[in-house]
Amino acid sequence: MSGDLLSNKQEWPLWEVFIRSRQGLDHKHVGSLHATDAAMAIENARDVYTRRMEGVSIWVIESKNIHASNPDDAGSFYDPAHDKVYRHPTFYDLPDELKHM
Amino acid sequence: MTVQDQEQLFQEKIDKEIRIEPKDWMPEKYRQTLIRQISQHAHSEIVGMLPEGVWITRAPSLRRKATLIAKVQDEAGHGLYLYSAAETMGITRDQMLDQLHTGKAKYSSIFNYPTLTWADIGAIGWLVDGAAIMNQVPLCRASYGPYARGMIRICKEESFHQRQGFEILLTLSKGSEAQRRMCQDAIDRWWWPSIQMFGPPDEASPHSAQSMKWKIKRFSNDELRQRFIDVCAEQVKILGMTLPDPDLKWNEEKGHYDFGKIDWDEFWNVVNGNGPCNKERLAARVKAHEEGGWVREAAAAYAEKRKARMTQKNVA
Repeated sequence: MSGDLLSNKQEWPLWEVFIRSRQGLDHKHVGSLHATDAAMAIENARDVYTRRMEGVSIWVIESKNIHASNPDDAGSFYDPAHDKVYRHPTFYDLPDELKHM
Repeated sequence: MTVQDQEQLFQEKIDKEIRIEPKDWMPEKYRQTLIRQISQHAHSEIVGMLPEGVWITRAPSLRRKATLIAKVQDEAGHGLYLYSAAETMGITRDQMLDQLHTGKAKYSSIFNYPTLTWADIGAIGWLVDGAAIMNQVPLCRASYGPYARGMIRICKEESFHQRQGFEILLTLSKGSEAQRRMCQDAIDRWWWPSIQMFGPPDEASPHSAQSMKWKIKRFSNDELRQRFIDVCAEQVKILGMTLPDPDLKWNEEKGHYDFGKIDWDEFWNVVNGNGPCNKERLAARVKAHEEGGWVREAAAAYAEKRKARMTQKNVA
């Protein structure tokens, strides 16, 4: 909505910052910051989170655009995985002589 | 689930070293205590830039100047990590800044002392940052996830701060007679306020027990203070200087240094606003915030303009 930021005492939007520390690794959440837009968020993220070469790539996303699972539902939400130990390789009983598996 | 059940579940998680994350249920008192603790720490980082910042233009060499700029910039960064950690608990940045600017929020009392000579920059690095590290390392395991993660970043960076400080003092200690005097004078002035940084003695620290139970405090004030004194009493020998405490003496039986009486009246006097620089520090923060107003407005206006242009383009 136009004028959002200009209204009195309106904080700049909050952005979540994700940094790839080197090629080959995934981006990891490092924290958040305030900025008026994505370009400023990336520049601020460089200054706040990569002063010691911690990153080679930065993602920013406005915090309000992140949807999260509800920790209160964690019990039932992750329940389907609880009784399926057979999904893990250690579930299978095999003789010690069996090599390279 | 009743509140009692939730509180019990919460404490069980903490006892098992399971971190609390922003959207998890937490007692209101835990939230309030942490907001206060984290924001006070953030304010301390921001106000802490002031006593050192004034020496950037007067640093004795380019190397010292570059280092000091980097250190002050780190402190701004540390303030920002902590503000964003506090914001995950439901307070806004503006609310915290208001609390600082109106004097409602406290920051570390140590920054209400002036930096009179270049040696003070060394003493701050060695003693003030040293005490801060001693306090902060245990907080890397604090029960609140965003806080602990912020503290890990901070501790990694603080180590350079302390080393550069000690290096400054070491250089002065090997210098001319005047430089050695300057070095000793800075240590004399910063020593007592530094050991006060650990807070009042345990028997006068009523909220400590709850904070320890919540694991947002891992060691008592006196424990950490003793550890710091033991370390510094040895380190000062390398400088060939002394700590300004005639009662400082190794106690073989205890395996610790004994030390003299701390002037808590002075501590409370500074906490309550009557230190040498309280007014100056706060005025500087308020001035910076107010005079930066046009920058914030311009950035907001620019973002709005760009957004409007984008919308127009999309319509066309």
